[in-house]
Amino acid sequence: MGLSASGTSRRELLTAIGLVGGAAALYQAMTTMGHAAETQFHGPPNLSGARPGSSVIVLGAGLAGMLAAYELSKAGYQVRILEYQNRAGGRNWSLYGGDTYTELGGATQHVGFAQGNYLNPGPWRIPHHHRTLLHYCKSFGVALEPFIQFNHNAYVHSADAFGGKPQRYRAVAADFEGNVAELLSKAIDQKALDADVSPEDREKLLEALRGWGMLDKDMRYVTGLESSEHRGYDRPPGGGVNGAPTPSTVSGFHDVLYSDVWKNMSFFMNQEFQTTMFQPVGGMGMIGKAFARQVQPLITHNAKVTKIAQDQQGVTVTFLDTAGGGVTQARASFCVCTIPLGVLNQIENNLSPNLQTAVAAVPYSNSVKIGLEFKRRFWEEDDFIYGGHSFTSQDIGLVSYPNNRLFGDGPAVMLGAFASGLGAYRLAGMTPQERIETALTQGSVFHGDTYRQEYSNGASVAWARVPWTLGCCARWSEDTRREHYQTLVAVDDRVVLAGEHASYVGCWMEGALLSSIDAITRLHQRALEA
Amino acid sequence: MRSFSIGAQLAALALAATPAVALAQAQTPPQSRGDSPGGSNILRAPVTGEQVYRQVCQACHMADAKGGSGAATIPALANNPRLSAAAYPITLVVKGRGAMPGFTDLLSPAQIANVVGYIRTHFGNTYPKPVTDGDVTQIEGAKPAG
Repeated sequence: MGLSASGTSRRELLTAIGLVGGAAALYQAMTTMGHAAETQFHGPPNLSGARPGSSVIVLGAGLAGMLAAYELSKAGYQVRILEYQNRAGGRNWSLYGGDTYTELGGATQHVGFAQGNYLNPGPWRIPHHHRTLLHYCKSFGVALEPFIQFNHNAYVHSADAFGGKPQRYRAVAADFEGNVAELLSKAIDQKALDADVSPEDREKLLEALRGWGMLDKDMRYVTGLESSEHRGYDRPPGGGVNGAPTPSTVSGFHDVLYSDVWKNMSFFMNQEFQTTMFQPVGGMGMIGKAFARQVQPLITHNAKVTKIAQDQQGVTVTFLDTAGGGVTQARASFCVCTIPLGVLNQIENNLSPNLQTAVAAVPYSNSVKIGLEFKRRFWEEDDFIYGGHSFTSQDIGLVSYPNNRLFGDGPAVMLGAFASGLGAYRLAGMTPQERIETALTQGSVFHGDTYRQEYSNGASVAWARVPWTLGCCARWSEDTRREHYQTLVAVDDRVVLAGEHASYVGCWMEGALLSSIDAITRLHQRALEA
Repeated sequence: MRSFSIGAQLAALALAATPAVALAQAQTPPQSRGDSPGGSNILRAPVTGEQVYRQVCQACHMADAKGGSGAATIPALANNPRLSAAAYPITLVVKGRGAMPGFTDLLSPAQIANVVGYIRTHFGNTYPKPVTDGDVTQIEGAKPAG
């Protein structure tokens, strides 16, 4: 059953439902109408009516902490934020020329990128349905531009396929789909699907397989102008005397399978990675800076929290001033703690034993990002690749091409690695110089000697060695979710945790913001009941 | 009804052609839906204790095994008397602790035994008793050997 919006506009209908039934009813109605099923964001929390004199101390000036501070201030609380770093934004972060970064173990990098170029060590792309983040970007004046997520003309490389030679994504993906379509049509032809598909549906399916897989009149995926329409031509269509195209040769199915291109294809189908995606103009860190503009007077930087103690009247947080020295205590009625769990786990506290167990139960992932600045955009000028990613089975995982200043002259920064798993551990264990060297060697598989010839300088961030997180993101399993998640997100008397780790949108800024809104809404209720 | 499964055929094809070298497919935990590279890794797995240390543990515990300290601390493995009983480091590698994950999705019992043996005999630690696969598999949560 579906709601009919005839006679009255959808907007009027939804407004009426919202007025009568509140946000939950509105959300349910919108879902039934085919809207909004892709987010749990129902608008900013609009908290109000804090008791006079009530205060909140927020631990961490990442997005979750700053949003909590912003919304709780509007609700009437006195708010103070303690932040370990001398920078607000947390994992929302860009490295620019002139920046210095020191990782755990002491290795220091002086970033040498040209003006306007940057590396986004953490988040770097925003799904179009991360509406909380998009809402606050608009509210706080963050300019967004398209992030080119899907580029058919970029490469797929596997050590196990095509003799290790990279292939254009469009060719391998077309060959995968064409071969699968042909196999399935054979199965129908051999009556293997007669029990599952009715005769009429069989005809419809065959028609679909021919059109989707670019099969010929005999239902075969072969070298020809049909398959070349998807995979590309040897000689593309042109004008005049030699205008007629010549087809490219389809690849053998074995290599297509071993390229693992299906993983890239499947990746692009994942809702979180579907186009349209966005990035802030000037680097992802622009979001953190915009949030900070809203709450900067509330932030105490260089504050290393060493103890969190709550009692019946409030919360006392002890912190070390890492710049000026000295230990200080801050006191508030309530506390929103956004400190990453691996760090919080090492801070003395009197949170309830169950919450302490939950905090200790969630390990963190590792990933490595490497930015490489090149003297010119050879990927555009020589290879006709404009944004998007080339995937490799090597440790670096992929290289990704800049989405801005297309066709520009002068230096540009490519993402030279986005590694996870074993590849990320291996890269993280290297010195920054070794990481660059490895990224150049592995990335050369796509761009040959040009890669080294045009290289200028680079920077890397290994999240295993980031001093303020000890890892990238919370790594929940089904078991830890079942045992600990509800404990972790529950208000623990006067303290509530928030951040991507307290969400089911883990490792995304959206998860941090949704968690923060939920946490402060419940904390506010708790405060009014107190 | 005749049975026909493209999946089974593909799986059979894959098995027939599995290369002889030891490969580790990068594991993505099923719950980890965060931003990810989106491809596949075919990585030569480390074998010896030193290889495992250099390619995995060193990411956090550092090349000199002295760990590091920022907002929190990654403990030193160098000169660490807690390594005197092998069960302690084995348990940490199998189960993890705090930010450190358990490594059974990435490392076999043999690899874990090798690396625990390595750290117990290097970086100022002198606990020469060999560590076996059996020492690892008797820890709850470890994979069976082989």
